[in-house]
Amino acid sequence: MQRLARVESEAAAPHVGECVTIKVALAGQPNVGKSTIFNGLTGMNQHVGNWPGKTVEQKTGGCARGDKQFDFVDLPGTYSLTANSVEERVARDYILHERPDVVVAVVDAAIPERSLYLLAELLLLPAPVVLVLNMMDVAAQQGIQVEPRVLEAALGIPVVPMSATKNQGYEALLDAVVAVGDEAYPYNPHRPVILPAHQTVLEELITWVAAYVPKPYPVDWVALKLLEGDDEVVALMQSALPDEVWTRVHATLLRHEDAILDIAGARYAWIARMIRAAVVRPKVGQMGLTARLDRVLTHPVWGTLALLGVLAVVFWLTYAIGTPLQGGMEDLIQQGAEALSAGLQGVLPLWLVALLADGLIGGAGMVVTFLPILVIFFAVLGFLEDTGYMARAAYITDRFMHAMGLHGKSFLPLLLGFGCNVPAILGTRIIETKRARWLTILLAPLIPCTARMAVVAILAPVFFGRAAMWVAWGLVAVNLGVLAVLGIVFHRFVLKGEQSMFIMELPLYHLPNARSIGLYVWQNVIAFLQKAGTVILAAAVVVWALSYFPAGGDVTQSYLAWIGRGLAPLGALMGLPWMLMIALLTSFVAKENTIATLGVLYGNFETTLPALITPPAALGFLIVQILFIPCVATVAAVKQETRSWAWTLLSLGLMFVISLGAGILVYQVGTLLMRG
Amino acid sequence: MSPLTALQPGQTGLIHQLRGGHRFVSRLAALGFTPGAPVTVTRNRGIGPLIVTVRETQVALGRGEAGHVMVYLEGEGDATVSQG
Repeated sequence: MQRLARVESEAAAPHVGECVTIKVALAGQPNVGKSTIFNGLTGMNQHVGNWPGKTVEQKTGGCARGDKQFDFVDLPGTYSLTANSVEERVARDYILHERPDVVVAVVDAAIPERSLYLLAELLLLPAPVVLVLNMMDVAAQQGIQVEPRVLEAALGIPVVPMSATKNQGYEALLDAVVAVGDEAYPYNPHRPVILPAHQTVLEELITWVAAYVPKPYPVDWVALKLLEGDDEVVALMQSALPDEVWTRVHATLLRHEDAILDIAGARYAWIARMIRAAVVRPKVGQMGLTARLDRVLTHPVWGTLALLGVLAVVFWLTYAIGTPLQGGMEDLIQQGAEALSAGLQGVLPLWLVALLADGLIGGAGMVVTFLPILVIFFAVLGFLEDTGYMARAAYITDRFMHAMGLHGKSFLPLLLGFGCNVPAILGTRIIETKRARWLTILLAPLIPCTARMAVVAILAPVFFGRAAMWVAWGLVAVNLGVLAVLGIVFHRFVLKGEQSMFIMELPLYHLPNARSIGLYVWQNVIAFLQKAGTVILAAAVVVWALSYFPAGGDVTQSYLAWIGRGLAPLGALMGLPWMLMIALLTSFVAKENTIATLGVLYGNFETTLPALITPPAALGFLIVQILFIPCVATVAAVKQETRSWAWTLLSLGLMFVISLGAGILVYQVGTLLMRG
Repeated sequence: MSPLTALQPGQTGLIHQLRGGHRFVSRLAALGFTPGAPVTVTRNRGIGPLIVTVRETQVALGRGEAGHVMVYLEGEGDATVSQG
């Protein structure tokens, strides 16, 4: 497989030299192993971006074989192709408007009935389909016999058996794609038909709308989607049809409002006919692995305890292995910065050396030291996700999330937040309704990320010695408490409206695939590094400049000090000198900057700080620090995902007020108690 | 006829109708909740979401959602047919 240019624009010429390019779209329901197949086909030669104008992830990639070049687009995983979700619209719009040469429909051979539903919809669109029966190995393990040839004869389209995680079937898939693309295959699909009860209505609709259906929509498909009550197609035809025709169509649709159930029922009846001869199930008897595991893992009591245990292991692994590695990297980077500054002394102007050593390497390098922790955290989460456990975690947490008007699907992005808030905010894409998604985005920055925990890990022992551990746990509890209260308040009083639906498949458990986990880690870490490499780097330089100029290195005479003295009255309310206010401000760039700033301002702050501020002020500072406005990368992610300045500023303002309010409260009450 | 929430773990019902908005009906229909399809309840403890099995697939359903899925218990549907 050779390297290809990105396939962002579909306007690419179909012929590159003598090489023939085949445009292939990968479609499939969630949990059928579609991503594994996409990764297997494209390897690292893939590009992850967004669908134009949508916050839906788009993966494209390519490979070459012989004189054939394959451009793949991974369509979002969807159960059907109605206009119910953005993902479904994206998938069908791509097939309708971009006209791929071949659509590859992936189904799970272990649950052929359910996963063939999408094929029933795909066959109505104007692109030839190759069917992949994936997870043949899993099906065989469960005693399910699937005969690809028999299914192929019934469907009239190529059927390719695969076990993608075992690397089986890729060549056969490419063969089938080429055969269909070259029209060498006798492609003659057997399409599902509607129930006789609705046949007349459908034909009536077809005759009425036929002359008005805009390109590139197929007339039959439009008529069927009208009957299904598809919002988008109904709106499309309402504007395309002359008034008197629309009135007739509309009246008919109202009389057949329940047609969607019959249409779906007919599709399942068609699937049953297709697989009758091709699939043999074992007699129901022994309990499968999934059922046995779920007796514990979805149990109201044992399941909750298991989840707590799993979380404990996740965090233990992350910090036990990650923290020493982080320390090592920190030393390395510091040595690098010192070596650089020593080597360049005299070669470059003083300020430029300081910029490179302290500003660039010191600022952005600090962020990079979090890589080991993040890699381990995402690897463990990727493992849990790939085995199918995450859906159980969502189920178990659903009732806790309900108090905030959210449901279990918000749990995963929030959990990601313990690693880094940026992927947490990107991760809210799995939440279907805008209301639930925006609320989760608002709450995500209240999850203490690894960077904030690192600051606590360093400062808590400085102030509280042996009690540091309890202080740290207390701070996490305060954070989660504020998150819960804010969620409940927003749910009850601010964001009125319907709760989103909780409908979620619990996939079968299966052995995790190292490659899938690797890519999961890779993609999350890249998202983090891109922020570190751009936003954080730029901001680090700005902060460095503010602390360096105009005095040329004397921080106490810098612009930063000037700003800090302006904040002194606010600091006084919390018992904090201006240096600590500056430490707080610089945490806006990256949370771990708090430590770096204290180092710059106080030198050896471990020994000097405890004498300078009282215990209530110290506790107040730790609370403000952990609740303070999120780092600039997180703010950028909030803006990018909501596309709303208002929501972004609301999020910032809330965190600002809550954190300072909490700090002032803790300091004032603490001081009173200590006097009394 | 009863809502799915009234079924005990282990009980199976045949779907009769889905009561709810168009989106709700359309999403559940795609997952295989169509009239006549058998649904078995795996988890239902009176509060919180349910786990049900439909067409060989386990699905977690919010309590509100499950309350809008009307089923006949096995035997009940036949009785209705023979009387009607």
